[in-house]
Amino acid sequence: MIDVHRQAFKEEAYELLSELESSLLELEERPEDEELIGRVFRAMHTIKGSGAMFGFDDIAAFTHEVETIFDMVRNGKLKVTKKLVNLTLQARDLIKSMLDGSDLGNGGDLDASFQIISGLRELAGEAPPEAPAEASDEPVAVPVASEATYRIRFIPGHHLFTCGSNPLTLLAELRDLGPCNVVAHTGGFPSLEEIDPEGCYVFWDIILTTSRGEDSIKDVFIFVEDDCEVKIEKIADYGPDADNADYKKLGEILLERGEISREEMDSVLGEQKRFGELAVSKGIVEQQSVMSALVEQQHVKEVRQAVQQAESASSIRVPAERLDVLVNLVGELVTVQARLTQTAASRGDAELVAIAEEVERLTGELRDSALNIRMLPIGSTFSKFKRLVRDLSSELGKEIEMTTDGAETELDKTVIEKLNDPMVHLIRNSLDHGIELPEVRQAAGKPRQGTVHLAAVHSGDSVLITITDDGAGLDKEAIRAKAVEKGLITATAELTDKELFNLIFAPGFSTAKKISSVSGRGVGMDVVKKAIEALRGSIDITSVRGEGATITVRIPLTLAIIESLLVKIGNDSFMIPLAMVDECVELTREDVARSHGRNLAHVRETLVPYIPLRERFRVAGNPPDIEQIVITQVNGTRVGFVVDNVIGEHQTVIKSLGRAYKNVEGISGATILGDGSVALILDVPQLVQSVEAEAA
Amino acid sequence: MAKVIMTADDSASVRQMVSFTLKQGGYEVVEAVDGKDALQKLSTTKVDMLITDLNMPNLDGIGLIKGARGLASCKFIPIVMLTTESQDSRKQEGKAAGATGWIVKPFKPEQLMAVVKKVLG
Repeated sequence: MIDVHRQAFKEEAYELLSELESSLLELEERPEDEELIGRVFRAMHTIKGSGAMFGFDDIAAFTHEVETIFDMVRNGKLKVTKKLVNLTLQARDLIKSMLDGSDLGNGGDLDASFQIISGLRELAGEAPPEAPAEASDEPVAVPVASEATYRIRFIPGHHLFTCGSNPLTLLAELRDLGPCNVVAHTGGFPSLEEIDPEGCYVFWDIILTTSRGEDSIKDVFIFVEDDCEVKIEKIADYGPDADNADYKKLGEILLERGEISREEMDSVLGEQKRFGELAVSKGIVEQQSVMSALVEQQHVKEVRQAVQQAESASSIRVPAERLDVLVNLVGELVTVQARLTQTAASRGDAELVAIAEEVERLTGELRDSALNIRMLPIGSTFSKFKRLVRDLSSELGKEIEMTTDGAETELDKTVIEKLNDPMVHLIRNSLDHGIELPEVRQAAGKPRQGTVHLAAVHSGDSVLITITDDGAGLDKEAIRAKAVEKGLITATAELTDKELFNLIFAPGFSTAKKISSVSGRGVGMDVVKKAIEALRGSIDITSVRGEGATITVRIPLTLAIIESLLVKIGNDSFMIPLAMVDECVELTREDVARSHGRNLAHVRETLVPYIPLRERFRVAGNPPDIEQIVITQVNGTRVGFVVDNVIGEHQTVIKSLGRAYKNVEGISGATILGDGSVALILDVPQLVQSVEAEAA
Repeated sequence: MAKVIMTADDSASVRQMVSFTLKQGGYEVVEAVDGKDALQKLSTTKVDMLITDLNMPNLDGIGLIKGARGLASCKFIPIVMLTTESQDSRKQEGKAAGATGWIVKPFKPEQLMAVVKKVLG
């Protein structure tokens, strides 16, 4: 854009120079013609002014010398002589050659310009210039101003408005500098008959806290300082050495501002009333002056408070292990508390029950705040992904922008850490397989730049993280062909889009045609899915071909304590994470008989497959006549679990099973119940998977 | 509605630069080639601000400022003059004629926008 302006300037300058030439020649004939002198001056002036603006500094500097001479001629201090005209013509030729050379970075002939300038100065009776010296570009040290409060009294000139100045824009500019309190003094208004409607009668006291220093305040008033009274005083600063004692008393402020004298202050202080009221009632100062001083007092107090708060609200860094210990202890406490409540209830001792209830309430609060400490905003990982996207997109030769939403959403620290790798994998996939090359996108009528949107949002006791790209979307046919090839489905299998998309999470599945350094190394989405499930989360894909894909990851808020449903099979207790439970229905002997051993239940006209847990876990004994089906929802499919009894909701502190039992299928952990017995926590997705695998 | 700013300058390149910068900033621009042209346009067009050069043929900047302040529609609008550092006396003259502020040439687009924002709010 600048080049366009430079070109415009050059064209204009050439025009002016040819005009200058003819004017100079005419001037030689009629040296007294003021019109001609004016024309020469203006030509020089324009070349100088515009030249500097568009980066022709050498031309501007040189032309300035010639302009100065013609300013003298214009003011009658110098006569037009043949020599002057000669020199000016030489100058004109030099400017022209400078313009010609400007594109080549040719600065013009320094000697020639020195000669001309010397000649001109001689004519003007001035000393010749110093030989061109090296410009000093030593940087000027800019002092860093710390935050300080200023008292500004701004008394506009009476004719402020007729100069086109608006005091309100000035006040608005002050507000941009920092927190600001403004008090208007309106006491100067004359009576209606005497008022000049175009005059300004108001003046202002402004208390401003800013870190930009006094000069920036002065800059605000730069256009009006000649006609207005502007008084700026520093009244407090907040640097490290600032003393934070109570701010000045009202009387002291007024005294400092020169609105009252010390004698007046002392005489008023002698009486036992509020100073402001007294001073006004005695007619020493006006109400508005007192108001303004009070505002100052308040302002400084507030800023000091804010400074102090900022200091005390700072955080403490604690090693993560200590937090883990705390959470573990809280977990134990919750367990003990459950026992206490149960024991108290069984004893029937009212006093003990009251204590148990109190302990229950406190434990609940303690648990919530202990878990809260471990919560971190997910934003820190988001910014890591931004970097990843930036680096990867250049590596892949794609133009990709990442946007984020809900960076402030909080998640358990451990969850965030464990989420990192799967998320990196998912984002890589979106970048590599999802978003097309810029040329391909353009051909498809999309913007060259692709977008990956990362969002996190709370949903009940989980957090939903979505990765949305506006790329090519999933290719259903390619997925189907691949799945058939890998023997995951039969060629004739009828699948919904959802089931089809879920195939990409199958082990060893990869649709990318070539292997890049980014993704497609065979350790594909199945690893991601496993990692997410290890966090008791789930993953889901939706996609429209040509428009992009959305991957939704649902993750529980915390790993330590969950809400779950306590069920019984025989004498054994089990926990089913409540987040997965849809509903509970009864299962009678007749129902079982009717389904002819196919393990399908009729629930409101739909068939729901179920897993009899008694059989699966080989629990001894006979089931009751009426069993219960706990229907869960995993990745959109409903599966029932048959148990003997449903006891109810339970706050479950998750304990790992230890190394020996780590690989037990279908169980993700254990917890201790109120009576001290152990309940196993069901790993619902894994159970469903293994049953499906056996059936296949 | 976008505010209207007039730029009066006999230099086409400065006019172009000022006009371009202001339009980028979301203002409407009326251009005038000298003081006479500007004053004539001011009598028929309502503008919110005037940016004028001081040295112009036919009617110079000072004359334009005085003339504009005489118009009812321009009595209270901000008027900013473009000066060079060598023209301090001219600056005073301009202030006396009713100019609101000034911009020292050479200036950059950002400086121009800062002054416009300062006086126009």
